[in-house]
Amino acid sequence: MKSKTISLVVNGDTHQLFVQPRDTLLQVLRDTLGLIGTKEGCGNGNCGACTVLMDGRPVNSCIVLAGETDGRSITTIEGLSKGSQLLPLQQAFIDYGGFQCGFCTPGIILMARAFLDRHPSPTEAEVRQALAGNLCRCTGYDKVIKAVLAAAHGDKAPSRSSGGPAIGQRLPRVDAAAKVTGQAAFGADMRLPGMLYAKVLRSPHAHARIKRLDLTKALALEGVKGAVTGADIPPLRPEVVAAAGNMYVNTVDHWKSLLARDRVLHIGQGVAVVAATGPHIAEEALKLIEVEYEPLPVAGDVLEAMKPDSPLVHPDLLTSGTAENSDRPSNVASVLEMGHGDVEAGFRESDVIIEETYRTQMVHQGYLEPQAAVASADAAACPEPGEWGRVTVWTSTQGHFDARQSLCDLLSIPLSNVKVVPTEIGGGFGGKMTVWIEPLCVLLSQRTGRPVKIVLTREEVFQATGPGSPAVITIKAGAAKDGKLKALAGKFIYDAGAYPGSPVMAGATSGIGAYRLPNYKIECYDVVTNKPWVKAYRAPGTTQAAFAVESHMDAMAEALGLDAVEFRRRNAVAEGDPMPGDRPYNRIGFGLLLDKVAAHPAWTGEIDGASRNKGPSIRPGRGMACGMWFGAVLTSSAQAALNGDGSVSVSVGTPDLTGTRTGLLQVAADTFGIPAGRVSIAVNDTDSGGFSDGSAGSRTIYSMGTAVFRACQDAIAQLKGRAAARLRVDAEKIDYEKGVFKVKDSAEPGLSLADLGKMSLWRGDGPVVGHGSLTRMAPAPGFAAHVVDVEVDRDTGKVKLLKYTAFQDVGRAVNPTLVEGQMQGGATQGIGWALSEGYVFDNGVLQNPSFMDYRMPTATDVPFIDTEIVEAPSPDGPYGARGVGEVPIAPPPAAIANAIYRATGVRLRELPMSPERVYRALRGK
Amino acid sequence: MNDFKYIRPTSLEQALAFLAQTDGEVRPLAGGTDLIPQIREGRKAPAWVMDIKSIPELNRLEFDVNGALHLGAAVPCADIIASDEVGKRFDLLRQTASLIGGMQIRNRASVGGNICNGAPSADTAPALLCLGASVHVATQKGMRKSPVDDFFRGPGETRLSSRELLVEIEIPPAPPRSAGCYLRMTPREEMDIAIVGVASYVVLAARGKRCKEARISLGAVAPTPIRAKKAEALLSGKTLEAGLIEEASRLAAGEASPITDIRGSADYRRHLVEVLTRRTLTACLQSLRVEM
Ligand SMILES: Cc1cc2nc3c(=O)[nH]c(=O)nc-3n(C[C@H](O)[C@H](O)[C@H](O)COP(=O)(O)OP(=O)(O)OC[C@H]3O[C@@H](n4cnc5c(N)ncnc54)[C@H](O)[C@@H]3O)c2cc1C
Ligand code: FES
Ligand code: FES
Repeated sequence: MKSKTISLVVNGDTHQLFVQPRDTLLQVLRDTLGLIGTKEGCGNGNCGACTVLMDGRPVNSCIVLAGETDGRSITTIEGLSKGSQLLPLQQAFIDYGGFQCGFCTPGIILMARAFLDRHPSPTEAEVRQALAGNLCRCTGYDKVIKAVLAAAHGDKAPSRSSGGPAIGQRLPRVDAAAKVTGQAAFGADMRLPGMLYAKVLRSPHAHARIKRLDLTKALALEGVKGAVTGADIPPLRPEVVAAAGNMYVNTVDHWKSLLARDRVLHIGQGVAVVAATGPHIAEEALKLIEVEYEPLPVAGDVLEAMKPDSPLVHPDLLTSGTAENSDRPSNVASVLEMGHGDVEAGFRESDVIIEETYRTQMVHQGYLEPQAAVASADAAACPEPGEWGRVTVWTSTQGHFDARQSLCDLLSIPLSNVKVVPTEIGGGFGGKMTVWIEPLCVLLSQRTGRPVKIVLTREEVFQATGPGSPAVITIKAGAAKDGKLKALAGKFIYDAGAYPGSPVMAGATSGIGAYRLPNYKIECYDVVTNKPWVKAYRAPGTTQAAFAVESHMDAMAEALGLDAVEFRRRNAVAEGDPMPGDRPYNRIGFGLLLDKVAAHPAWTGEIDGASRNKGPSIRPGRGMACGMWFGAVLTSSAQAALNGDGSVSVSVGTPDLTGTRTGLLQVAADTFGIPAGRVSIAVNDTDSGGFSDGSAGSRTIYSMGTAVFRACQDAIAQLKGRAAARLRVDAEKIDYEKGVFKVKDSAEPGLSLADLGKMSLWRGDGPVVGHGSLTRMAPAPGFAAHVVDVEVDRDTGKVKLLKYTAFQDVGRAVNPTLVEGQMQGGATQGIGWALSEGYVFDNGVLQNPSFMDYRMPTATDVPFIDTEIVEAPSPDGPYGARGVGEVPIAPPPAAIANAIYRATGVRLRELPMSPERVYRALRGK
Repeated sequence: MNDFKYIRPTSLEQALAFLAQTDGEVRPLAGGTDLIPQIREGRKAPAWVMDIKSIPELNRLEFDVNGALHLGAAVPCADIIASDEVGKRFDLLRQTASLIGGMQIRNRASVGGNICNGAPSADTAPALLCLGASVHVATQKGMRKSPVDDFFRGPGETRLSSRELLVEIEIPPAPPRSAGCYLRMTPREEMDIAIVGVASYVVLAARGKRCKEARISLGAVAPTPIRAKKAEALLSGKTLEAGLIEEASRLAAGEASPITDIRGSADYRRHLVEVLTRRTLTACLQSLRVEM
């Protein structure tokens, strides 16, 4: 290590900087210069989040050495706009909704800027090509490409009416400017004075006994300030252990998974964590840790793991559930059954019966921002073991209250001692609901008395943050000649990874939930293996099930000689039909949705003729598939406070991954009947609001939206009382409309929100804060249908998407731009799952923990995702809204498989439908 | 990332002197798009990283009087693509340089680095083999020129010794009535590593449809990029017709010795060689406006 001084011009300012040879340009920009707008998504040149312009040319700053940049000129996102004036390109990203989490956005905007400088009038294909090196996981690229094209061609922003209700309008995001200028602070952007950097030593084995673990040398390294191993994590409190089984995440398993004790159970499981004064030192320290592993036999494949002679992941795990409970330990954690009617009788009534098995691989949510957290344990108050001072944690989480609860349970800290502050979050998709690194930061901070930060690498993200379950699903379905389903039997085997808890039940029920089934039986197996422990991934469990069920329905339709949409119309659930579990559906829009598909040119029109001339090996085909998601509700709390000038400040307990602040603000504006510009909104921290579950399960607009609605109504009710007192009438005599309180049937002007605001603060009436909370509410199921045209190259097996249309019942599109973004982003994740994504294991060791070999779609792999919104208002949601985020990920794999079938006559029953797998299927091998 | 020391020589002499004197592994750094990720992931741990981008000879991009292209080993792909002259004379090189990474990568990645990295899947290698390129290597005893066919040794290995430096790649003038095509198979359209890459290059006789010479090179199907010489021999001197192209494609597939790895199985790869050879040869004829 020999440092040297370089001279670097950044955004026009010259800096003399002292750098080490291994410092990257990215590190210098972020850590030395504090230019946090440049993001790290992979560190390996694969994602483009770190794009900066070097002498005007875009480069990946994560793989440029700082030393190489001596004398160069760098432009970062911070240097793009002049003063407070945004570039037209940045404005176009705002107007067109070209970002969701915004983590990829600085890199994309810089790339686009450099590209447009040289190609001022590009085609769609050229823009896609130019952005191929910039991954975006949230948007599906549709609105990104449209924003760039609009900026190039000077197109006007999509129209927005002035005045009138906020709901239904394409309002720009409240966080828009921060996201397009790089000012938004995400998890890794937090920095505190004296902060230490920690790194986790991870298992290279899928299953091994730890025979020896010695940190002596690591601790002796200069700059190392502390370390923690599994043995240092305090035991769980008895009441936590007692409650563990009832929690969504079993706390005992969660506690065990944090750092391995005697055995490692999956590749990448943490073994020890070291905090040092700098990241390089922490990394060096890991190399000095001595670990002796004794490799153990691996339970890899889920079906193998179910066999009686399989190696056991947990020697003491007994099968729970309705199956004959054995007292022999097994990898089958539970078997649950659900059903209705008499399946065998249903099959006897059927004219067509088909039975097939479908398989999916382990996949990752693929959020661009790796997990990052900083914890600061109050030094003055901490030392006694078991005694805690104040702990503050900044983390990129989908749910700060859930994170606090987990932290306190896992580490036995009183809730009141912990504050969790959510940062901006660079995507989650279910994968940031679980605390992994936060407890380690807290323990290290407590130990060292200094703030401690952990930022995961992309490889760690793949290995140790909870991917989506692989599944093996067997469906047997029977239908009568009239096209009506008579019976369905399903065996759903989900691989949970190293600890129980796959979303098999959620998946199986939503997989079959779209159809009226007089007789059905589903068996749900939750099986452990030596793989990373799975967690939620957008509509947890549903995409796997939908791949099976929706492929199966296509086959049923064909066997019955029915159009695929018509077959579904004959069997679609409607209001009053029983859901799995027998409660009735309330108002749903599935029928309406199918009507729309049936009449739509995307389904009825010709496939774009282009592929006809591409030679005999290229075959076009069209497929469709549906999906449903029941919708999560959980607990939400919100506040709405009247400000002194009559404006309203709303605060909510759900982090904003996708623009929910803006949608919730629209709900508040319309509930008050005031312009959106008179409302502000913020995500609180755990010290400044009531408990809310996280942003997950498509619940934020639906459930938190209801809490916001109630908070606003509560404030209005209180204000009616105020107005009544001031106007000397009874409160019932007060009418409220559009910001004004009036005495009923009176011509007097009444009192405005501004009047009451003034009185509240300066005339002695006292502040007004409305509260809204809920913890139970009927869910509002959402349905989607996707239609896709593909082209299959029979010689190579490669599948190309020509056209994609997503139909969805959203209840009420609170903000159409945000709703479309959800549909497009979800569809694109589903497309990746269908065609190219999947973990590859060799004896439990992950072979592709990078964005190069875990292939998420780039801008060149997907077409525009056309959206068709159907609005069947939910009975209970705010202004009829439903959750929209989850369901669009479910249909794509089956829709594409069905299209491949129509193109080639061959049905793919295993994901991903990679070129080689398609080729083999076509060859019948 | 492992620690290392960094040096940036500004002349070839300095670089060679440094290579001669220094103990421990020295890795030349061109665009770093292979090297830096490799160091970061611990796959390489050089004691020294020698930035070669300030050596003038490695930054050449010019044609000599005979029309041969002299391509400095450190010239980034973006500059190659931007050169109209390269596009006109060596379209095959432009095609392959355009495939590497995304734009950010192409602004850094060099053809020199691509071949020195020694990946059997290196996208520019089949093109260079087809174009009859030579490498100019600076050794401690002076410059050595040899055909690129002799450059590769095995996965991740070339014939360069640790005291040598690739200076430039020379591509002889393109004969009249010649055309090349490179196709690779990747699951994603962009940002992917070839499961198989095939370049074909056809030179027609002065008149008529007869093929004077054909070259076919294969990537990712052997320990190094290779020429499919039997297939080439079959085509040279003949009029290229569909049946002949089929046969050559089968021969090429037979010349491949692929392995099974996470990107593809051996038999799929062999099959792809056949498909892509057929398609690239056909595309060559199309650009030469030869009817089949
Ligand atoms: C996101 C991404 C996408 C990629 N896509 C592709 C792709 O599509 N196709 C493809 O083929 N590759 C691809 N690559 C790999 C890489 O970009 C290319 O191989 C590139 O051409 C390497 O050039 P470089 O200048 O960056 O080499 P460097 O990384 O600088 O060097 C590569 C190796 O060669 C050695 N070396 C370099 N120059 C010399 C010299 N003059 N003399 C001796 N040794 C030398 C270095 O020491 C090092 O070992 C990709 C890489 C990334 C990160
Ligand atoms: S490309 Fe640099 S962080 Fe991903
Ligand atoms: S908006 Fe692109 S990754 Fe989230």
